[in-house]
Amino acid sequence: MSTSRSLLAIALPPFVAAVVALAVWEGAARALSIPAYLLPPPSAVASAAVGDASALAGACVTTGLASLVGFLASAVIGVAVAIGLASSRIVERGLYPYAVALQTVPIVAIAPLLVLWCGAGPRAVAASAFIVSVFPVITNSLAGIRAVEPALRDLFTLYGASRSQVLFKLELAHAAPQIATGLRIACGLSVIGAIVGEFVAGFSEGSPGLGILVMTSYRQLRTDLLFAAVGCSALLGMLMFAVVSAASSLVLRRWYVAAR
Amino acid sequence: MVAARSRWPYSCRWVPKAVDIRGVRRRFRIPRGLFGAEETVLALDGIDLSIEEGSFVALIGPSGCGKSTLLRIVAGLDTPDEGTVEVAARARGEVAYVFQDAHLLPWRSVAANVALPLELRGVPREERDARVLQALREVELSDAASRYPAELSGGMRMRASIARALVTRPKLLLMDEPFAALDELTRQRLDERLLALWNEHHLTVLFVTHAIFEATFLAERAVVLSGRPAHIVHDATVDLPAVRTSATRGEPAFARAAGTLLAALDQGAG
Repeated sequence: MSTSRSLLAIALPPFVAAVVALAVWEGAARALSIPAYLLPPPSAVASAAVGDASALAGACVTTGLASLVGFLASAVIGVAVAIGLASSRIVERGLYPYAVALQTVPIVAIAPLLVLWCGAGPRAVAASAFIVSVFPVITNSLAGIRAVEPALRDLFTLYGASRSQVLFKLELAHAAPQIATGLRIACGLSVIGAIVGEFVAGFSEGSPGLGILVMTSYRQLRTDLLFAAVGCSALLGMLMFAVVSAASSLVLRRWYVAAR
Repeated sequence: MVAARSRWPYSCRWVPKAVDIRGVRRRFRIPRGLFGAEETVLALDGIDLSIEEGSFVALIGPSGCGKSTLLRIVAGLDTPDEGTVEVAARARGEVAYVFQDAHLLPWRSVAANVALPLELRGVPREERDARVLQALREVELSDAASRYPAELSGGMRMRASIARALVTRPKLLLMDEPFAALDELTRQRLDERLLALWNEHHLTVLFVTHAIFEATFLAERAVVLSGRPAHIVHDATVDLPAVRTSATRGEPAFARAAGTLLAALDQGAG
């Protein structure tokens, strides 16, 4: 009972806020007679979403798959890179600046390269999602591994733990909450990376992704469909975030016993 | 009631050495300022210390004098710059170490924490479970086996930490101010429990502390280190009966023994 009540308490305020915002938007668009290509009212966006439902759904699947592949690659490679960087100070000093550089290079600037290497299509899009989302996984995992108390390392040394025992039973276990934080940031970023990647590299056979849908509806001045596509990409990011959050809180229950 | 094994006479029989430290020196380089400048600090200055098997030795000294460093060297977690350290139990993996804080893994239950040393050594599950149960019984923590460290009091956490140390059935137990963070009553109870365990398991205990009364109550022999650079300023048997109970703390002999240690500590801090 308390759970359902608190769920309502969490869900109700944003729902009310959305209804109010949409009503104001709808009223303003009609009252000020703003042209539909500039700012279509929510009702027009909704009818465009229904009319082009199959195109939007296909775009969500295409972009969602590319984001998912990019995100999973980030999770695996990001944690692996963090383990490598944590293995020695020299390695970290040598390579960390380049991990930072990867983060600061604008993805739009290297997207053409991805097309050259992977060919236009889902692989280049997934690569773009990966590049945008890998950095938070690396930094958060690295911070988590680095934060292991020296006394705990001593304990493992004293009992003759092997390198892999230290890695799995101490370092990764200890870093799990921070790795989860990295993954929560990364999953949203992977959707952004996929959509930006599609702007440059998304033209190929098969169902076009959300990024392509945004570009084509912009060129056709179908602003209602553009809004619908933007809304879908936001929903996609939130869905990924919700799944990753739920999975991590399930796995990390034991790390936060004190919080219960 | 705490029973104790006969401690006297040492000199009449040959007792094997648990720890033999000769001429140990240890320096640390401490970075100073910005440009990689370093200052060398001598932490241990020629320590000779020989500990007989089955004895309970307290290592006392002012804060930061190098007691912990000496203990880490005995554990094999640090190496001296000069001198030799022979630890009979080390080669056989029979050394256990209890840290200043409990240092339990927060994501593991108490039982899983206590099982860790056995797990790292690949002891089969059935044997592991049986030994964990026994170790928890010995520290009177059986009821908390499935709870998590964050749910326990400081004293319970420390008892879990001691169970983790005992689960491998060590010969040498190294303790680095284990009860320093606990309240007085909890500390006294744990001291008494520790004496009982020392007796039952025929352990050799090297107990680092800066608490004079705790050292007096626990140890049959007290070694006092000076301030940095640390050398031994006092090394003598604690002049108290072998059997110690909570009543021992009220006896005049206890105050006298503590006074001797305090004088030595004061002289060493000089």
